[in-house]
Amino acid sequence: MSVQAVTGATDVAAAILPRRGGLAGSLSDLLWRRPGLLLLLMLGPPLLWLGIVYVGSLIALLAQSFFSIDEFSGLISRELTLKTYGDLLRPANLDIIVRTVTMAAVVTLASAVIAFPIAYYAARYARGTWKALFYLGVMLPLWSSYLVKIYAWKLILAKEGILTWLFAKLHLSWLLDGWLSLPVVGGNSLSVSFTGTFIVFVYVWLPFMILPIQAALERVPGNLVEASSDLGASPGQTFRNVLFPLALPGIVAGSIFTFSLTLGDYIIPQIIGTSRLFIGQAVYAQQGTAGNIPLAAAFTVVPVVIMGFYLWGAKRMGAFDAL
Amino acid sequence: MRSDRSQSAPLGIKIAAAAGLAFLHLPILLIFVYAFTTEEKSYQWPPPGLTTQWFAATWARPDVWQALGLSVQVAAISTAIALVLGTLCAAAVSQTRFFGREAISLLVILPIALPGIITGIALRSAFSLAEIPFSFWTIVLGHATFCVVVVYNNAVARFRRTSGSLIEASMDLGADGFQTFRHVILPNIGTALLAGGMLAFALSFDEVIVTTFTAGQQQTLPIWMLEELVRPRQRPVTNVVAMVVVLATLLPILAAYYLTREGDQIAGAGK
Repeated sequence: MSVQAVTGATDVAAAILPRRGGLAGSLSDLLWRRPGLLLLLMLGPPLLWLGIVYVGSLIALLAQSFFSIDEFSGLISRELTLKTYGDLLRPANLDIIVRTVTMAAVVTLASAVIAFPIAYYAARYARGTWKALFYLGVMLPLWSSYLVKIYAWKLILAKEGILTWLFAKLHLSWLLDGWLSLPVVGGNSLSVSFTGTFIVFVYVWLPFMILPIQAALERVPGNLVEASSDLGASPGQTFRNVLFPLALPGIVAGSIFTFSLTLGDYIIPQIIGTSRLFIGQAVYAQQGTAGNIPLAAAFTVVPVVIMGFYLWGAKRMGAFDAL
Repeated sequence: MRSDRSQSAPLGIKIAAAAGLAFLHLPILLIFVYAFTTEEKSYQWPPPGLTTQWFAATWARPDVWQALGLSVQVAAISTAIALVLGTLCAAAVSQTRFFGREAISLLVILPIALPGIITGIALRSAFSLAEIPFSFWTIVLGHATFCVVVVYNNAVARFRRTSGSLIEASMDLGADGFQTFRHVILPNIGTALLAGGMLAFALSFDEVIVTTFTAGQQQTLPIWMLEELVRPRQRPVTNVVAMVVVLATLLPILAAYYLTREGDQIAGAGK
């Protein structure tokens, strides 16, 4: 009886392993016993990095928007004031904001229209190799160099470039010239017009629109579309009443990218476009040549606030599930 | 019986999809033609003649090599930092539950969700407030910050597919934490990290907006190209550089795709 009890006790002792030897072993044991410490070790470095480098910088930027610049000396006074935000409401600056937001909205609409058929075909009809090709066909332009893409369009839109040549070959030069002679959208050539800026924006952000729409459409069962047409809906009715509402979260998710990226870009309108500024260019000019960092900071707050409202609306429409 | 028609798409959709894909790809292909043009003063189309002399001319340019070298160094170091930080963050978020998890994924995504100009000017004003002079390391600091998200996304997706019981089994069989990491976790997430690393490298190699704010006098390759875009001086050399950049970014993207595709295709086919 007592012998049995003793063997039982040694069994228990054997089941609990002895502590590991060595520094690595005891460290490993410690982390296992205290998962909180492990979590802290894992999260610490990335949080410190993002918290200090990134969020710290954002706060520094926000703080500077409440400083102001002395118009005579050009020195920045570090007293908190709303004067800089008042400057933002001057007609010239307000124009820049309205112009940028309008461009972002038009670019978003056009991207959605062009992206939808590609996403729909890829989600519903493409199978096997074709599906992979479609995926790569969207991913390659998405990841290829941003500047090279803009450069390509500088080549295409130039007055002596391929587009002018193509219009001439098709005997449509009158159409191009007519378009360029229009106010606002026209200009000397496509590469110095808002039309050019618009085309390049659509081109560069289009993949960001295709991917979420495709993700949303993948989730629409094919038999819903069939049921709709079996019940007598025309293709147009099926699109309006079945496909479009189900794809909408994807479109909104894509529009977050196209809208936000257009709001903040300063390189595309600088290289292809008119001399009238967009928000990004205004920020760049204010912080660089003008040296007015408070106004530049206040300008960056505009897209952040707009995107804040946009994201809030998108969340309510369930767009984040489609990301 | 279920659907004979759904096998082939209506003509309109086929044409629209094909036109959309052509719109995405033709401009990039055009660069390849321009790299061989004999015209050096304008962007004339069609090219008056074809030549390969600009490749030799580009090869002999020290400024191009210098910019390329800087870009590669910055991308390599930023990728290394992003790999460590992104993996740690992904492991923490996917393996444990804790208060504020959602906030952390948001924090990681924020640097690329907000427009680049905001990240750029925020870093620049922070550097000037803290009186840090611009250098190689200020560029790296900016790049690593937005590269974390790419590694993080890839690693999180893989962690989700890796069963947690594998780690428990390894521990039960007597491996310590480091052995488990070395022999169980790392082989499982290895390809995802490689893919994430390649994408991070491509992202950093190509980045221009943040770099214009965090670089002093130094020129990375995109900054060099931006100069040429704003004030074209050597168009033929720019054409060649653009073509090389397209080819150089193509490879990591294709490689990353092949490393991660199995899971994606299964997920797509199941729906």
